[in-house]
Amino acid sequence: MEIEREPLTSSTEIENHEGAIIEDLRASSQNPLSDPTEWLEKTIERNILLTTVDAAINWARKTSLWPVTAFTACCTFEFIGASSSRFDIARFGMEVLRASPRQADLLVCGGTLTWKMAPQIKRLYEQMAEPKWVIAMGACAISGGIFHDSYSVVPGYNHIVPVDVYVPGCPPRPETLLAGIENLRRKIAQNSIKKSGTKR
Amino acid sequence: MNIADNQELSSHLRTHFGEGIIVHGEYVEITIGKFERVAKYLKESLGYEFLSMITAIDYIDYFELVYRIEAFQNKATVQLKLKCEKVKPVVPSLSHLWYGARLQEREVYDLFGIEFSNHPNLKRIVLWEGFQGYPLRKDFKVKSYDAGN
Amino acid sequence: MTLATEQFILNIGPLHPSTHGVFRMRVTMDGETIQDVEPVFGYLHRGLEKLCESHTYKQNIPITDRLDYVSAINNNWPYVMAVEKLAEIQVPLRAEYLRVIMGELQRIASHLLAVGSLMNDMGVFYTAFMYMFREREKIIDLLEMVTGQRLLYNYMRFGGVSMDFPAEFIPALKRFLNIMPSYLDEYDSMMADNEILLSRTKGIGILTPEMAVNSSASGPLLRGSGVKWDLRKDAPYSVYDRFDFDIPTGNNGDCYDRYRVRMEEMRQSIRIINQAIEQLPSGKEKVMVPLRIRPPKGETYSQIEAPRGILGCYIVSDGSTKPYRCHFRAPAFINLTLLQELLIGQKLADAIIIFGSIDLSMGEVDR
Repeated sequence: MEIEREPLTSSTEIENHEGAIIEDLRASSQNPLSDPTEWLEKTIERNILLTTVDAAINWARKTSLWPVTAFTACCTFEFIGASSSRFDIARFGMEVLRASPRQADLLVCGGTLTWKMAPQIKRLYEQMAEPKWVIAMGACAISGGIFHDSYSVVPGYNHIVPVDVYVPGCPPRPETLLAGIENLRRKIAQNSIKKSGTKR
Repeated sequence: MNIADNQELSSHLRTHFGEGIIVHGEYVEITIGKFERVAKYLKESLGYEFLSMITAIDYIDYFELVYRIEAFQNKATVQLKLKCEKVKPVVPSLSHLWYGARLQEREVYDLFGIEFSNHPNLKRIVLWEGFQGYPLRKDFKVKSYDAGN
Repeated sequence: MTLATEQFILNIGPLHPSTHGVFRMRVTMDGETIQDVEPVFGYLHRGLEKLCESHTYKQNIPITDRLDYVSAINNNWPYVMAVEKLAEIQVPLRAEYLRVIMGELQRIASHLLAVGSLMNDMGVFYTAFMYMFREREKIIDLLEMVTGQRLLYNYMRFGGVSMDFPAEFIPALKRFLNIMPSYLDEYDSMMADNEILLSRTKGIGILTPEMAVNSSASGPLLRGSGVKWDLRKDAPYSVYDRFDFDIPTGNNGDCYDRYRVRMEEMRQSIRIINQAIEQLPSGKEKVMVPLRIRPPKGETYSQIEAPRGILGCYIVSDGSTKPYRCHFRAPAFINLTLLQELLIGQKLADAIIIFGSIDLSMGEVDR
């Protein structure tokens, strides 16, 4: 019955290190990040007419958004509901859920984010290739929801990653999520490559 | 063996372990010194085999631990209570009797800061290393909106 | 010639498709064999028990929904039962029946998800899952008809339930109950004798009854090992003593038995709902209870048989409008104690299946 084995590495060391990372991130992200469009660099902004190129690039980008599977809590099931046959997210070119962030360009943040989870989400976001977008799905992702005053909950994903579209609800219905995606597509359609080429 | 209620159980336990076993309604209070032996006796001789729940409560002056142990054979339940002091609280671990006590004791340690002596792997479980304070203690304040009284 | 080998450490999670949420394992491997497992919890710890202390009793009902988010109705139940016990509120008979019907529907939905994601872990990626989700959507439609929500229903109240059934609910429920057994047969014809499923689950992850009891396991994990312990029969709450149903158990305690127990429990749930519809009495769906309820000083514990095991709620009242302490005995958390015991010595590919067969939801594990 007794399992007494020597651990290979000192797990205390790993845990102290991880704890320090969490505390650092917690101290440095007390304020929410602003809307990513305000971040745009304006270095190579010129008065060249690029409408057609913009339209073509934006069309390509908005019609095949590949989401990364990074869900933390309840909203997962509404996303799965949206991606299964009934609501059929494939209509938007999104049925390819990637497990690797390097192959994805959309992060759908569903579910409560805790400080312990925050470094992982930040890392995930940083690993995604440009251009990339973020949808905050559900009340917890927007502001912490009913857990907003808890000691271990990040009050909104926008403290950790810049969020493009907020989808309200607890949890949002699949239709609401689809409306949020429609909003994101509209936002992508307004992009122009004369603003520094990439989105941010 | 069949035990009808807490009164009978406590008088039975008193014959084995002497004083220090008090009945409060549905709960049987036991002193820390005798706790481990009583639990062992309950498990091995009286057939209370299923440790259902361990939790703790902060009563400002002292901590109280609640153990709920069930017997599948005669469908009996005993709820044990254990008082421990606020300064450097240490209670005996039951993890060598019940494998299922391991995670629950770690949880109580994490959220209350109550130490379990002889626990094989006692460290924080749901919070990270370096977190300040023990959240379920009453003196741990969180900002909270006024829900009214 | 002998090759020099050494152990290595593999990190699984916290975001991994097969960890069913944000769970992490640090696995020490010797080739393909697992030598040590260190589970890491807390990636969804929201401080739910502390929040309960700063909200009034009624405000806490929606918080309990978020414990095990795939069986929200079953989560409300022990909490409202405990408060009703403290405040001595009588629940009308009709309300008890409504609770049973909704709770059992939720159990079917939860088991469908459990079996579906077990198939996912086995490599049947999304095929079986889509079948299960087809029926789960039907159940969600039924629950939505009553509560207006799709996932977190906030259905129970002190002294009853929030809403009586609308007129069109019972006919729709009967249509569903008529057709559901044939769907279960369809799953069985696809899966029960499937060669791949048998070879991947039979004899894998064996849990002895002694170990299951000793480690406080409950639910399908305990019954899969052959221990016949179901609170609906052994400590009947609500009106479960009025129904005739069986408790399925396994013989070997392997992953296959746990899967069979879940499939069989869905059929038993259908039996219970059918009887409940027949017996459904008329009357009110709830009694009037003050908005800010003040239970007298005291403490109580109540427990129910949730889809994942024994879900208990321990409440201490100090006579005010907010609970002094509120603790949930989360079955998935306590079942996970067994993880090391089950995984050590197994192959990595089997470990994912064993982990899936425990069936957990992280909201409940971390709270």
